[in-house]
Amino acid sequence: MALDALVFQAVNGLASASGLFLVAAGLSIIFGVTRIVNMAHGSFYMFGLYIAVTVADRLPSPFDFWGGVLVAVALTALIGALVELVLLRRIYRAPELYQLLATFALMLVMNDAALWLWGPEDQLGPRAAGLTGTVELLGRRLPDYDIFLALAGPAVLLGLNRLLTRSRFGRLIRAATQDREMVAALGVNEAVLFTAVFALGAGIAGLGGALQMPREPASLTLDLAVLGDAFVVVVIGGMGSIRGAYVAAVIVAQVKALCIALGTVELGGLAFNMSKLTLVAEFLVMALVLVVRPHGLFGRPAPATRIHASAVEAPLVPLGPGGRGAALAAIALFAAMPLIGDSFAYAPVLAQDVLIAVLFAASLHFIMGPGGMASFGHAAYFGLGAYGAAYAFLTLGVSTPAALVLGPAIAGLGAVVFGWFSVRLEGVYFAMLTLAFAQIVWSIVFQWEEVTGGSNGLFGVWPEGVLESPTGFYLASFALVLAGVLVLRRLAFSPFGHALRAARDSALRAQASGIDIARVRWLAFIIAGTLCGLAGTLFAFAKGSISPEAISVGRSIDALVMVLLGGVQSLLGPLFGASAFTLLQDTVMRETAYWRALLGALMIAVVLLFPGGIAGGLSDIAARLRRAAGRP
Amino acid sequence: MIAPVLQVEQLAKSYGGVRALDGVSFDIRPGELLALIGPNGAGKSTCFNIVNGQLRPDAGTVRILGRDATGLPPRAIARLGVGRTFQIAAVFGSMTVVENVQIAWLAAHRTVFAFWNPLANRHRAEALELLEQTGMAELADRPAASLAYGDVKRLELAVALAGNPKLLLMDEPTAGMSTAERGALIALVKALTTERGLAVLFTEHSMDVVFGHADRVIVLARGRLIADGSVDAVRADPKVREVYLGSGLASGERR
Repeated sequence: MALDALVFQAVNGLASASGLFLVAAGLSIIFGVTRIVNMAHGSFYMFGLYIAVTVADRLPSPFDFWGGVLVAVALTALIGALVELVLLRRIYRAPELYQLLATFALMLVMNDAALWLWGPEDQLGPRAAGLTGTVELLGRRLPDYDIFLALAGPAVLLGLNRLLTRSRFGRLIRAATQDREMVAALGVNEAVLFTAVFALGAGIAGLGGALQMPREPASLTLDLAVLGDAFVVVVIGGMGSIRGAYVAAVIVAQVKALCIALGTVELGGLAFNMSKLTLVAEFLVMALVLVVRPHGLFGRPAPATRIHASAVEAPLVPLGPGGRGAALAAIALFAAMPLIGDSFAYAPVLAQDVLIAVLFAASLHFIMGPGGMASFGHAAYFGLGAYGAAYAFLTLGVSTPAALVLGPAIAGLGAVVFGWFSVRLEGVYFAMLTLAFAQIVWSIVFQWEEVTGGSNGLFGVWPEGVLESPTGFYLASFALVLAGVLVLRRLAFSPFGHALRAARDSALRAQASGIDIARVRWLAFIIAGTLCGLAGTLFAFAKGSISPEAISVGRSIDALVMVLLGGVQSLLGPLFGASAFTLLQDTVMRETAYWRALLGALMIAVVLLFPGGIAGGLSDIAARLRRAAGRP
Repeated sequence: MIAPVLQVEQLAKSYGGVRALDGVSFDIRPGELLALIGPNGAGKSTCFNIVNGQLRPDAGTVRILGRDATGLPPRAIARLGVGRTFQIAAVFGSMTVVENVQIAWLAAHRTVFAFWNPLANRHRAEALELLEQTGMAELADRPAASLAYGDVKRLELAVALAGNPKLLLMDEPTAGMSTAERGALIALVKALTTERGLAVLFTEHSMDVVFGHADRVIVLARGRLIADGSVDAVRADPKVREVYLGSGLASGERR
């Protein structure tokens, strides 16, 4: 390992760090003031790059590059301001989870907007006039532009620092970060401040994107990729700390650079390619930091926010006679599906998808509803189950029933490990860490070709024996899903389920009553992970294959949408939500190229108009009917 | 002589360079209603939070029922037989009144890790009995989130009593209540103290409540204990008069 290679990668790392920092800084400023984690932040970065490329294309050299950057910053800031005015303003008082989902929906919409505006092809911009040369460093040629980028990060950091400490606007931002209510009480126009802050954050992200012009093409996958990186950086640095964001960006970029520089290393006779670690490295650093410092390197515990009245969930009530009848009818319908299949061949296939989605969503709901822990990485356990079962079945040659046990067991084991770390964190940090763990699982699956088949996945996972016939497998999976749903329901009513609700309702009160919150949450996480693993196992056998796509971040978000669509406050919610979502996906979304925008619009509609979801809507209607019947 | 339920010795705690508590010692015996008072910034909250386990002292010991409880987390303190109510009453909003007490009862008996039989069937009679004692039995099946604040306070008291504690820690038990409600609640606590041989430590801003109901009063000022005695003795104590009247707070406190 030569020193020059290390130095070369280190400078390269600093250049990457600047890019990371620019996205993370905006995210951090927006969070600090508005308390919103902007899931759409990567979209502003992506838009910045697209706009810069488009504008640069139409300008004469040498103004092309710099003109593109300037216009990109101005336009992304403007779009940011518009988004704040139209969408965010309506959700500041909504529960954290809804804010995360609304901004994620915004990301989906913006992604399709980019697809519509610029098409699916990647677009490469011009190089920066005046910075096209290279300098020689330790015998290697280093692009001028990388050195410029390496310096751009610290320059923006200093500029922001100056803005925050010297200007009235900056002082207001800092004051609002400390105590938002007080700033409002002092007569500062909060609305204008929030819009300005959002525009500033979006503009910085746009700058970050635009400056990548000579290094990478504009593409539609950038938003999610950058978002993941930015989260990691902000969480490591500490939410709301700009200095922390820079330090964290440097750490992450350097760790990645080091992995690349080290290349293949021999460890105990085993050759291991360190560069493969780059996908996971940042998440490992984040997990490590969060365990040692739950609020990040420079973060502080969230400032005391006064509790806003939010809708409190109603106590659990067993189903009445009507509800029982409906449940039995639904069970009968699903059990009779193979018969219906004689006339509608597609019905059992769709029913199978619905069943798997139901268990996927119901297991997430268990930790998200009663547990109050919104996991943004539930697909990880789906994947562990699916890959675990497929591997055991294909490579170890176990029987189908044994694979049906092994898959969930492996997912459960994953939940034991990841859950132990995750349940110690609250709210946004919990969401981020679960997302990080899911990304680790995804990366390992993607790269460990010998076991997982890499990007192709595993094939030929067809059930054997009595389960070989489609009807046999359908009925078996129906029985398993039904059992899983009933177990979750039983648990919700049990003392354990109430202990979980107690920890969510008031952690202080629960602890003062002697409830071991961490253990209760951990066990709930393991149960949810195991049952989600069962859903994944069934998925692998139903499709005969499993690929990394089925366990991506997008799938984790699908699960969240199913739960919310159905209604997070009801045990029946995830059942409705999963069914509706699957049917919708199967019908409408297959027909259009812009299904992301459609899904995004659906999510925003749920958050803004029907926060109770389908179950909430149904019980409203039922209550209205009862009232109407009560009056003569 | 009866052994004290709580023994606090030489507690000290500093924040930065500021001494919030400095050599504070006191104890409580069964059946005693002990008020902890002092002007703002005297160290009441610090003292209270060390006893309930939310803060760790720099020096000194906390003994509960003879056992060293210094620096134990809140959950471990609860398990030693300590019940607790909060300044802003905390109950489990998504459960009914009786379920609140049932889950607390199970937690105190270490049986929350039970997965099959519904909570609704477990120890409902015991929970109703406790609700009877705090005057909440009629509201047993109402959602806790729908209660008026005075009732939330009574429910929280029943939840705290579910563990059959020997020591009850109450942080400003009457904060946010009307004058009539205050008297009723503290009279209830007083009756329970006598009935159950319970020891109660409470902080309080309302001097009417303190001087009307406490058995004994301890006074903190600038982190030090300046008085410890009966209501009358503390009322007459020149040091106490100086701290309150001298700092001009007396009129504000005498409501």
